Amino acid sequence: MNVLTYWFHKLGSPPVFDRLARVLAPWCYGLALVLGAIALYGGLALAPADYQQGDAYRIIFIHVPAAWMSLFAYIFMAVNAFIALVWRIKLSEVLAMASAPTGAAFTFITLVTGSLWGKPMWGTWWTWDARLTSELVLLFLYLGVIGLYHAIEDRRQAARAAGFLALVGVVNLPIVHFSVNWWNTLHQGSTVRLLGPSKIDAAMLWPLLLMALATHLWFFGTLLARTRNGLLEIDGGKDWARSIVLASQPGAAGAATERSHV
Amino acid sequence: MTAGSTLIACRALVRRDLTLVWRRRGDALNPILFALIVVALFPLALGPEPEVLRRIAAGVIFVALLLAGLLALDTLFRSDYEDGSLEQLVLSPHPLALLLACKIAVHWFTTALPLIVAAPLLGELLHLADPVRPVLLAALLLATPLLSLIGAICVALTVGMHRSGMLLALLVLPLYVPVLIFGAGACNAAGNALPYAAPLLWLGAALVVALVVAPLACAAALRISLS
Amino acid sequence: MSDFLAMGGYGTYVWSSYAVFFIVLAIDALAPRAQRRRVLAELRGRLLRRRSRTLPTP
Repeated sequence: MNVLTYWFHKLGSPPVFDRLARVLAPWCYGLALVLGAIALYGGLALAPADYQQGDAYRIIFIHVPAAWMSLFAYIFMAVNAFIALVWRIKLSEVLAMASAPTGAAFTFITLVTGSLWGKPMWGTWWTWDARLTSELVLLFLYLGVIGLYHAIEDRRQAARAAGFLALVGVVNLPIVHFSVNWWNTLHQGSTVRLLGPSKIDAAMLWPLLLMALATHLWFFGTLLARTRNGLLEIDGGKDWARSIVLASQPGAAGAATERSHV
Repeated sequence: MTAGSTLIACRALVRRDLTLVWRRRGDALNPILFALIVVALFPLALGPEPEVLRRIAAGVIFVALLLAGLLALDTLFRSDYEDGSLEQLVLSPHPLALLLACKIAVHWFTTALPLIVAAPLLGELLHLADPVRPVLLAALLLATPLLSLIGAICVALTVGMHRSGMLLALLVLPLYVPVLIFGAGACNAAGNALPYAAPLLWLGAALVVALVVAPLACAAALRISLS
Repeated sequence: MSDFLAMGGYGTYVWSSYAVFFIVLAIDALAPRAQRRRVLAELRGRLLRRRSRTLPTP
């Protein structure tokens, strides 16, 4: 067998992935914290104030990475859902569903920070701007996927149904953006652009990109943690899962169940 | 026993669905009543000035019909799922997408078409401008099948659930956004004496794509939720 | 230092958006831990139930 496909199959098996994820997750979190701290220092202390927006523009260092992540997480979810539906790979089902909550969190952050930025700049918390409206629809799509996933009893069937919805949503998303853009020009709404004429100083750019890297790492950290839980849930009866369950320290909830059996 | 040709199966399915609707023809009025009540609420909330109502008329009618269609969506597969005939449909040797397309067409014919017929009446209640009326009807004729097709995918995903009403709305409404924007946008453009052909053409193009793709997607979704 | 906190008069907006960012992401990272505890407790319970059923009762 080809070496590449061999590793691919090996990685796709839940016990191997679980072991790998346990090692990788702390690294993701740690690197994200370090890089995020450097980016924050660069963005909040080193970068000069904007000549038009003063210090309010510093929201950009979290707003734009969060907006990028909201799209990245959705695409990641859709790609995994596609793999799960076509090749029926268990790991992809779990990965797709594990990325949904974090994606929704980043979308929520984007909306809130955008509105906190809009208040001093536009004088209003919310404007029916094309990008804001698309982001709101994106949040609803995330909530729909999460809602459907939790409404179905069988975990694997739930993952497949919600993954299918994610795929429908990924077709819909460009159409939403296009239609909202068209609607916005029809109503001649505020065409305010947060980034000036796209000439961004290097002192502002590197903290932004570093923060984007940090949020990606954070996303993968939570993704790995959630995926481990999801695999454990699905493979509960298998040997590798049983050994993990028996090795774990019984917490408060676990102790209660144990006592009831003694 | 021979399975019969696909054409015969489709015809039988259409006849069966129409018969079922005809036996419960009282229910067919419910979406119209709902739309009428929703439209009647707006003058009560905003005041009876004809100028104000004329400006929002097309959008309100569009939203009212969209919500009425959303409420009616639940009946698409509900009774078939409960009596087991939906699983027979999935197991049949004929292409499932085609059979589902027939079901969706019948559902559109019996729920959305009456709403479109009632739309001019709703327009009168809100003092809809005369030049907007044909545009509104054209937009509704293009948009409601699109809504039915998109909605059918989401209904297929939630078919096994006991109480899916609120969840169905959460799944469907984000997908309805572009249809609403183009449909109501065409009406508003017509109201402001702007060219309105482009959004209608976009709706038509989307409808053609959806006619091909949505039944296939609906069949795939149904296979997932009945597996 | 107070200059830094004031953010040129935009302090409220800047710091509250950073607070939202950190709080939401912290919750997002803590949620899987709670979930893991829950999953493990449930699986442990199931395992013990099965074991007590297979072992002969004295």
